[in-house]
Amino acid sequence: MLKGKIVVPGEKVENEIKENIYFRNGEKYSQIVGLIEEKKDIITPLNFTYLPKVGDKVIGIIEEIEASGWFVNINAPHFAFLPLAEALNEFVDVFRTDLSKFFNIGEIIYAKIINIIGNRIIQVSIKEEGAKLEDGVIIKTLPSKVPRIIGKNASMLKILQEKTNCKIIVGNNGLIWVKGEKIDKVYEAIKLIEKESHLSGLTEKVAKLLENG
Amino acid sequence: MVELIKDGKRVDGRDFEELRKIKIEVNPIPNANGSALFSFGNTIAIAAVYGPRSLYPKFLQEKEETLVRVRYNMAPFSTETRKNPGIDRRSIEISKVIKNAIENSIFSEEYPRTVIDCYAEVLSGDGSTRVTSLNALSISLALAGIKMKDLIAACTAGRIGDKIIVDLNQLEDNYGDCDISFAMLLNTNEIVLLQLDGEIKKDEFLYALKVLKEKCKIIREEQERKIKEYFEKNA
Repeated sequence: MLKGKIVVPGEKVENEIKENIYFRNGEKYSQIVGLIEEKKDIITPLNFTYLPKVGDKVIGIIEEIEASGWFVNINAPHFAFLPLAEALNEFVDVFRTDLSKFFNIGEIIYAKIINIIGNRIIQVSIKEEGAKLEDGVIIKTLPSKVPRIIGKNASMLKILQEKTNCKIIVGNNGLIWVKGEKIDKVYEAIKLIEKESHLSGLTEKVAKLLENG
Repeated sequence: MVELIKDGKRVDGRDFEELRKIKIEVNPIPNANGSALFSFGNTIAIAAVYGPRSLYPKFLQEKEETLVRVRYNMAPFSTETRKNPGIDRRSIEISKVIKNAIENSIFSEEYPRTVIDCYAEVLSGDGSTRVTSLNALSISLALAGIKMKDLIAACTAGRIGDKIIVDLNQLEDNYGDCDISFAMLLNTNEIVLLQLDGEIKKDEFLYALKVLKEKCKIIREEQERKIKEYFEKNA
């Protein structure tokens, strides 16, 4: 259930709101369809396209190898760039090394967005948090459903991992990496969450679904 | 000649300034980022919006803003006599005016080097198809999460004799004396689409604009209500 007020583009919002607004005649108006939760000063988008934000943790697929880093597909309009310095701790001589031995095209990484310039140059890092993900599959979901898949205090994610014995990492960009034997069960559960994300008692339902298999 | 006004009523029994029944369906196309079905009586348009997404070949990219591509099309079965399928002169023109309307309603600079693909398909045509498509696209854009100034409200008006009418159907479009396609952003008071075909006096035109603004308010409210209803059920 949604707690808060839904706004549409062009709707007047109160003065405290800081994000996703524009000014006109000294008043603030919403730019997007979003949710204003109580006691919060931002409009949370209810949209379905992922737009990167600094601090987001995302799952990405290496798309291209450049001279000093890698381009990563993070399910956004633009590729993100993973510079060498943000990927490895050791010194690498870029003139003499084939960078594909660290990350090759098609490989999956878990990365954090550290910088965005002008809405289109996106830099990611795997130094602090993140890693190269070996094997496993990627399940695509809607970015707006990610909070429900993680659940309150990661409760839903915990259930998914415990009951299926799979390793699961959820990216903010709507990509989910799963490794284990019961991947089909995880997929089923995620589709159930997507479909019934607005209903209560979802955690129990998912637990029941996973136990039956 | 068709008699368009009979006993103070229009051919379909409406008053002069009465809209047809508005029906809106939200997100009928799961694959799209946002989609909507909008209808004014027998005129039905379905619209889908994809994006902002990456754009190739690269030379098409706009450095500081997004590219909007619009495809307006009428289905072959949408009209009384079969419409030849595919792009024709008329659909190219309408795609262009809709594109201009959308470009002026969104915050283009938020999505540099990307493309927003908009598709509007008229399933059943009974006059006012371009404004119906634009209304459907307005909802689709909002659902796709694209930043915009306001929902786009669009409506048509026309003249029969000395009477100003709104929301023309096919007969009134064909045999009326004048028709105006109109779309605006009520919040910023900007007119984003204005086309006029036929003859009209200045004071009649100004009166028509006034009526159109009132009607657009109703249409926008309806759009807003449906979007909110959808998210209350599905978010």
